[in-house]
Amino acid sequence: MDNNATTVVKQEVVDAMLPYFTEIWGNGSSKFYDLGNEAITAMTRLRESVAKNIGAARPNEIYFTGSGCEADNWALKGIAYAYASKGNHIITSKIEHHAILNACAFLEKHGFEVTYLDVDCEGRVDPAAVEAAITDKTILISIMTANNEIGTIEPIKEIAEIAKKHKVIMHTDAVQAIGHMPVDVGELGVDMLSLSAHKFHGPKGVGVLYIRNGVRIENLIHGGGQERGKRAATENLAGMAGLEKALDLAVKNLDVNIASMTEKRDRLIAGIKERIPYCRLNGPEGEERMCNNVNFSFKYIEGESILMLLNMHGIAASSGSACASGSLDPSHVLLAIGLPHEIAHGSVRLSLSEDTTDEEIDYVLETLPPIVKRLREMSPLYEEILHKEQIKA
Amino acid sequence: MAYSEKVMDHFMNPRNVGEIENANAVGQVGNAKCGDIMKMYMDIEDGVIKDVKFKTFGCGAAIATSSMATEMVKGKTVEEALKLTNKAVMEALDGLPPEKIHCSVLAEEAIHSALEDYNSRQSEENRIKLG
Repeated sequence: MDNNATTVVKQEVVDAMLPYFTEIWGNGSSKFYDLGNEAITAMTRLRESVAKNIGAARPNEIYFTGSGCEADNWALKGIAYAYASKGNHIITSKIEHHAILNACAFLEKHGFEVTYLDVDCEGRVDPAAVEAAITDKTILISIMTANNEIGTIEPIKEIAEIAKKHKVIMHTDAVQAIGHMPVDVGELGVDMLSLSAHKFHGPKGVGVLYIRNGVRIENLIHGGGQERGKRAATENLAGMAGLEKALDLAVKNLDVNIASMTEKRDRLIAGIKERIPYCRLNGPEGEERMCNNVNFSFKYIEGESILMLLNMHGIAASSGSACASGSLDPSHVLLAIGLPHEIAHGSVRLSLSEDTTDEEIDYVLETLPPIVKRLREMSPLYEEILHKEQIKA
Repeated sequence: MAYSEKVMDHFMNPRNVGEIENANAVGQVGNAKCGDIMKMYMDIEDGVIKDVKFKTFGCGAAIATSSMATEMVKGKTVEEALKLTNKAVMEALDGLPPEKIHCSVLAEEAIHSALEDYNSRQSEENRIKLG
């Protein structure tokens, strides 16, 4: 129940990767013998397939990276430095992944200015606010396709139209979106898009940055001439093959998977609301929510203790509490949607995959309510609320 | 999360959870904003802690340190209980991860807070000098 964190690598994906460890293991830079050329042929095919599956016009717009984080970092820093003579202003939102937020913080230290847009109480970025934030110094807008914590799907198409109108480059972090909603760079109208294989049943350590032809970008990793001279490092051929296979499967089965996960997600949301008092669904309901994401705050208790008890029952989940994150503050996303600290501390994210079964949903619905009840019985905050209600009655 | 077996035991089976009706010592520390609140109730007779109960809002370590701290002061005199340190609570739990040390500090403070409350209810001459 923590598939927004990572997913299991599918057997078909492993099978697609294996030949690239032992059979086609040449270095793509070694063009003068067969083994190297086989690698080049393979990479050409993989790039074409990835391009097709995200709607890129040309295979040479696909740049393989070492992770989604790297793709995000490259997009921000690469554009900032390539367009520094044009301007120094970047627009993003308060609920982005830390790969974006911390890259922005780095750029701020180096003379760039960043606007962090507010979101509404369900995590939506307002396209009008994006437009209002654009100045003649704005060089980049980066808004995530869908939020990793609360599942909000952002109006990327509208924002991209605004970016285009003002001739500002538009990047979207689609790391959580792939496999959970249709993602087509042409349809979205974005100039750049990041994705990461391990979020959709591919291997860890490989991602992609889509860069539309015509967009200039500085290198993040300097070295050899790989990825058309833009991203040095001997190609991770097996990783690329795994990403390609996982993406191909995700796209092929997308409609069926979305229907199945949506049905289970909604049953889980309804079941929790019905069984557990004093709870709050974080993020929107229905079509504006990613099909696999459920995030609740359980008032008067703390997230880490819920996770520990869930784990005792064999359920893996995550929390936006400070304790669970190892920092002093609860999740920046939950604070950005306006939750007070004490309610943000009591949040739990349950994220499904296409392999999640009805039995697993039933098991969570059986297991979670007694855990919440047990912790509330220990909580002085719950005791206060009960006293207050008794007085009212 | 690398918790010791003792922490897990006190989290899974916390001792002395609850409230004491007509407790003559009640202390509460922490705040909801930071994600930890501990409330301790004591029944003190003739300077001895006859019973102690707690309620805690917080993480696994907050619950485990509350449980251990109550165990450590139960049956002790007020003077002995005042000597309880967060270090002793931590040692009794076979250690805590560094980011959870504040939970043991909170447990010590909760015990002290209840004892201060007890003290404030005593007549001037019966008060114990608090460090």
